[in-house]
Amino acid sequence: MSHWLSRHVKPLSRRRFVQGLAAGGVLAAAPLSLQAAINSGAALGTAPVLSGREIDLTIAETPVNFTGVTRMATTINGSIPAPTLRLREGDEVTIRVTNLLPVSTSIHWHGILLDYQMDGVPGISFKGIAPGETFTYRFTLRQSGTYWYHSHSGFQEMTGMYGALIIEPRAGERHNANLDHVMLLSDWTDDEPMHAFSKLKAQSDVYNFNQLTLFDFTRDVSKMGLQAAFDKRQMWNEMRMNPTDLSDLSIHTPLTFLMNGTTPAGNWTGLFKHGDRVRLRFINGTSNTFYDVRIPGLQLTVVQADGQDVEPVTVDEFRFGPGETYDVLVEPKDDAYTVFAQSMDRSGYARGTLALAHGISAPVPPLDPAEWLTMSDMMGTMGANGMDHSGMSGMNHANMQDSGSAKSGMDHSMHGGMAMDHSKHGSGLAIPSQTVNHARTEYGASVDMRVDTPRTNLDDPGIGLRKNGRRVLTLADLKSVEGVLTDRRLPARELELHLTGNMERYSWSFDGLEFGKSTPVSLRQGERVRIILQNDTMMTHPMHLHGMWSELETDKGELQVRRHTIPVQPAQRISFLTTPHDVGRWAWHCHLLFHMDAGMFREVVVS
Amino acid sequence: MRRRNVKPVQGLLFAIATLSSSYVLAQMDHGEMQMQGGSAPADARDPNAYSDGYTLTEGPYAQPAGPRQLKLADEHVFWAVLGDRLEYQAGSDSTLFDLQGWYGTTYNRFVVKTEGEIADSRLEESETQLLWGHAVSTYFDTQVGLRLDQYDEGKDRQWIAVGTQGLAPYWFELDMTAYLGEGGRTAINIEAEYELLLTQRLVLQPRAELNVYGKDDRNNDIGSGLSDVSLGLRLRYEFSRQFAPYIGVEWTDSYGDTADYRRAAGADVSDTQFVAGVRFWF
Repeated sequence: MSHWLSRHVKPLSRRRFVQGLAAGGVLAAAPLSLQAAINSGAALGTAPVLSGREIDLTIAETPVNFTGVTRMATTINGSIPAPTLRLREGDEVTIRVTNLLPVSTSIHWHGILLDYQMDGVPGISFKGIAPGETFTYRFTLRQSGTYWYHSHSGFQEMTGMYGALIIEPRAGERHNANLDHVMLLSDWTDDEPMHAFSKLKAQSDVYNFNQLTLFDFTRDVSKMGLQAAFDKRQMWNEMRMNPTDLSDLSIHTPLTFLMNGTTPAGNWTGLFKHGDRVRLRFINGTSNTFYDVRIPGLQLTVVQADGQDVEPVTVDEFRFGPGETYDVLVEPKDDAYTVFAQSMDRSGYARGTLALAHGISAPVPPLDPAEWLTMSDMMGTMGANGMDHSGMSGMNHANMQDSGSAKSGMDHSMHGGMAMDHSKHGSGLAIPSQTVNHARTEYGASVDMRVDTPRTNLDDPGIGLRKNGRRVLTLADLKSVEGVLTDRRLPARELELHLTGNMERYSWSFDGLEFGKSTPVSLRQGERVRIILQNDTMMTHPMHLHGMWSELETDKGELQVRRHTIPVQPAQRISFLTTPHDVGRWAWHCHLLFHMDAGMFREVVVS
Repeated sequence: MRRRNVKPVQGLLFAIATLSSSYVLAQMDHGEMQMQGGSAPADARDPNAYSDGYTLTEGPYAQPAGPRQLKLADEHVFWAVLGDRLEYQAGSDSTLFDLQGWYGTTYNRFVVKTEGEIADSRLEESETQLLWGHAVSTYFDTQVGLRLDQYDEGKDRQWIAVGTQGLAPYWFELDMTAYLGEGGRTAINIEAEYELLLTQRLVLQPRAELNVYGKDDRNNDIGSGLSDVSLGLRLRYEFSRQFAPYIGVEWTDSYGDTADYRRAAGADVSDTQFVAGVRFWF
């Protein structure tokens, strides 16, 4: 009976938030001038497509209803997602953005290289677009691939202002596909974003309904004994950190997870024919959600990351955070497949269908159980090495091995040799520094954790995906194709910054300094510079650097893949090289919108 | 005479101990691995080392002069009100309230704490604190300000308050304050709470509080020394995180002169009450 209750009654109250309305979305009550845009949408939830060299976008408030409750969204041309812009590499495009909102707005072209005045960050690249004003963006597309665009003002992105931006390569696509679907994943909340944020300020675990209970403890006691059950919790309790703190927001916010603007109940459906090779352009346009994406029954061949072609790698599943994109090729043989994207905290999922026809669907898999963060997520290699410490005994040893950093001791001894290998490229810093340098501002009230033994391996799929029986994409799998990473100079200098936070106070920062207290990072135009990011928190942060590429390297200094948004896992230390081409002021921030707004945001000056 | 001189000194020592305890708590870390708190070593990295002297408003390509436009939540002001206890106490047929509110930034806040008892539609006694809270470590704030005691039958008192509030290892919520009043009166109040989740919504909250006074206060039936201890156990159901009705039991005992005064007044020295109330925040 209790099982029946917990499985069937409890979800009912939340079903509307979790599943959403089948026909949820933008209401027909949108202003008449925008009706055309909405009606031109080919299918429910699929954004209209705009292409050419001149585009007009209008920002306005639009009523939407995803859950049975009508709310005002901020939309671009009246649709959620915003229109898909299909542009052409090499074109100079003119995009006029008219603001019909009562407040200032902006549009940022995520991952696009352009003049800083066109980057669309109010207060950094320009002053924003005032109510009633039209701002003209004009820039030449120097790249191709799958990107997206969104507001960079307040929480407007969270309330509907995001869309796909596809740039067709002049030389044609590297991989032919008969079909091409944009898969824009996002999240929606009926709450006011700032209200949700202020609740986190009052109680930072307010949306976590996967907390440790007394009965979890007694279960562990009966399974592993009293001492081991205590030991398993000791370090978390002493540090006042929560091992189930996987996501700040959840379905209890409430978040409704969307695929192409469609709720799970709405079941967005993309069509294919047998024999088709389908390109799926996955874009994570959420405000605060990491998704773990898979299509049961289909292998996913990843051919592009953040708009840049990579050596094809075939996986069952990939995780991506806000701001990241992956292009995936699939060859469907059955009649229908479920595209399943569960949130990292396992509180819910976005879901859609690939099918031969509308109305056919495949089973929706159950959510995976949420796992505890491991010691390697808190302490890096020290935790992974299975340190003979009481706090470790209860940890999942399989997880630790999977993080692969047990060999880090060896890595250190190899650095000398690797440095010599690279010396032929000229003088410079061949190997990223392994010495942890905490900033002096990390010792105060703004920081709840410092990692002294970070893990530097890139082959960890992350919490909840380790040893799950599926082949999961990791950063180590991503290698840019020949011709992408053209600057082979060694960096002449190295900058180290730490990602920091205090979950209890709900504050996020670089080096313990929130944006308002920070100074810019100054880079010189054309220089080759290495940036080391060490994550001194227990959350994964998708770090997005505007205006230039982030070229991820291994801990041995081998260039790996070109990205615009790099997810940095807990207790991980990664490094990337960049060559700033364009002068100006640029934003650099965690793309979890609430972390960005809490202060995990820096300005970068290129001069 | 000698006693009178000693008590304020003791009070001061208590105050110092209370304040320094926040530092000690902040220092608590995991053995040799200083993962939290502590102080920066001399060679710690300079967080402004990469700025070339530029700031958010000065240097190349900065936005036109004027106040900085981009301000994120770290520069916003937030507020919250927590009604930790708002309850009917069956034994004394009275209503108890214990509310705390704050207004400010992450690290500096104006804090109001108010606690009192209403019986027969009269506010029998209350204690209101107006404090400035400052974050001194990862989990602790220092709080400095005023405490105003009001007694329906008795004499109102005013105090200077110096304390610390925060989250101790093993998730104990601590609130420790030392008080200095007129005529060399001193007091210490310590409160501790813990939240034991039985399920994601059913929460058992043990609570302990003790009061120590430096001087007798016959007007208000308070004796010097350890005056009273209370232990409570409340079981709440969180319909939402922000709204949770509860039932519970509260046991109080008084000691020393306080107990004598109570005995003389015909009141119970120790007392067990059943309570029912609601915990809320917004």
